[in-house]
Amino acid sequence: MKNKYSIFSLIKNAFSYHENWQRAWRDPEPKKEYDAIIIGGGGHGLATAYYLAKKHSMTNIAVVEKGWIGGGNTGRNTTIIRSNYLWDASAGLYDHALKLWEGLSQELNYNVMFSQRGVMNLAHNLQDVRDLKRRTHANRLNGIDAVWLNTDEVKKFCPIINTSPEIRYPVLGGTLQRRAGTARHDAVAWGYARGADAMGVDIIQNCEVKGIKRNGDSLEGIETTKGFIKAKKIGVVTAGHSSVIANMVDLKLPLESKPLQALVSEPVKPIIDTVVMSNAVHAYVSQSDKGELVIGAGTDAYVSYTQRGSHDVVEGTLKAILELYPIFSRMKMLRQWGGIVDICPDASPIISKTHIKGLYFNCGWGTGGFKATPGSGDLFAHTIANDEPHKLNADFNINRFISGDLVDEHGAAAVAH
Amino acid sequence: MFLINCPYCGERDQSEFSSGGEAHIVRPKQPTELSDDQWAEYLFMRKNIKGVQFERWNHTHGCRKWFNVVRDTSNDIIHAVYKMGEKPPVK
Repeated sequence: MKNKYSIFSLIKNAFSYHENWQRAWRDPEPKKEYDAIIIGGGGHGLATAYYLAKKHSMTNIAVVEKGWIGGGNTGRNTTIIRSNYLWDASAGLYDHALKLWEGLSQELNYNVMFSQRGVMNLAHNLQDVRDLKRRTHANRLNGIDAVWLNTDEVKKFCPIINTSPEIRYPVLGGTLQRRAGTARHDAVAWGYARGADAMGVDIIQNCEVKGIKRNGDSLEGIETTKGFIKAKKIGVVTAGHSSVIANMVDLKLPLESKPLQALVSEPVKPIIDTVVMSNAVHAYVSQSDKGELVIGAGTDAYVSYTQRGSHDVVEGTLKAILELYPIFSRMKMLRQWGGIVDICPDASPIISKTHIKGLYFNCGWGTGGFKATPGSGDLFAHTIANDEPHKLNADFNINRFISGDLVDEHGAAAVAH
Repeated sequence: MFLINCPYCGERDQSEFSSGGEAHIVRPKQPTELSDDQWAEYLFMRKNIKGVQFERWNHTHGCRKWFNVVRDTSNDIIHAVYKMGEKPPVK
């Protein structure tokens, strides 16, 4: 690492009024050819490049990004990290990511502000209770921490929740994963970008991919707004725009892209020190270190690339929030935004080879990709470097839609999709 | 968030409607003859176009009839609405 961040570098730079910090990563022009190119400079793409360089000694690689680092879904999510998924395949995938999160700030020498403040999922009807209890048992069998809380325990853990039996969807209990929590989302992208750059990875921003050039069944390279770049291996990690890239090579993916919304309130003093998610009423809330309530809403139920989302979706979420947390009734919302998420029919991701040699896709993360960032990058790097999936992502191949061996996490994953 | 001009009821808010996804995906005539690849293509694979897309909508909270819409998914502008069975307008 070129210049290690530490208390000493902080003191040293304080003397020059913090005006002489080095650039976190270079701004190179693309070379003519790379061993591999990652399309998409979000958290997952940068993590892929980082682990390709770190674990697989592939340093002659580039990440090409249409916009700027941290400007896509990496900077638009609600930063929730958890691994309490129902099925074994998902549990393996997301807990692998969670274990990497636990050492990530040290690994990257970059504070990603990972805070294991716990994630609580509420149950509002008998079916919720049964499903969530089943999930805690499944989690424990997979070595993932999970406990069931009854209504009183929910109230004790998060006192501002309205646990009155009189409300429309009363709180009948909930599950808690204490190792879960939040992280600062753009710090994750910046940390991986800085780490990858230090190992020689070229991060090329403002460079949109216009086409993929093939020669029969093998790849020649990509056409971009900064010219043609040769590469034999291409990893596509473009979230909501995965189908746009896939359509360039006439590859159809089982994806639909939809706007997912989030919003934050004005900053207030600490009032909620955990993350509370509620499946049945679709409302989840946490508080950022700045004091804003971070609220996640749902997706629009139609394909759209507009990055804004509908008002009625936000309205529905806020109604639920107000019933569960009457204390927020006079809060003002500051900002609202949308990000385009690519949703698979089984609500599980695709980290896979394709029938085109050297072309790999990491997509379909839908509404919950942020939590998987380190694991996704690690496993995708393994898949690209070895041309074979790691055992943790073997089940997340494209062919599962042909074989029918789906990883059905709709609802099973503790959140409504 | 936009308005949809239902061919039976007129212009209404999008929240009254449900999207039925990509239009003109023909149900296989001989389901028993299909390979797994062809089933996957029919059931799951979508063009998911950024741009002008032909799609099905249902006026769920209205007349409950199905119809087709030509919509640009990059800006949600609707270019045409036509009834089921009618020929799609050329781009």
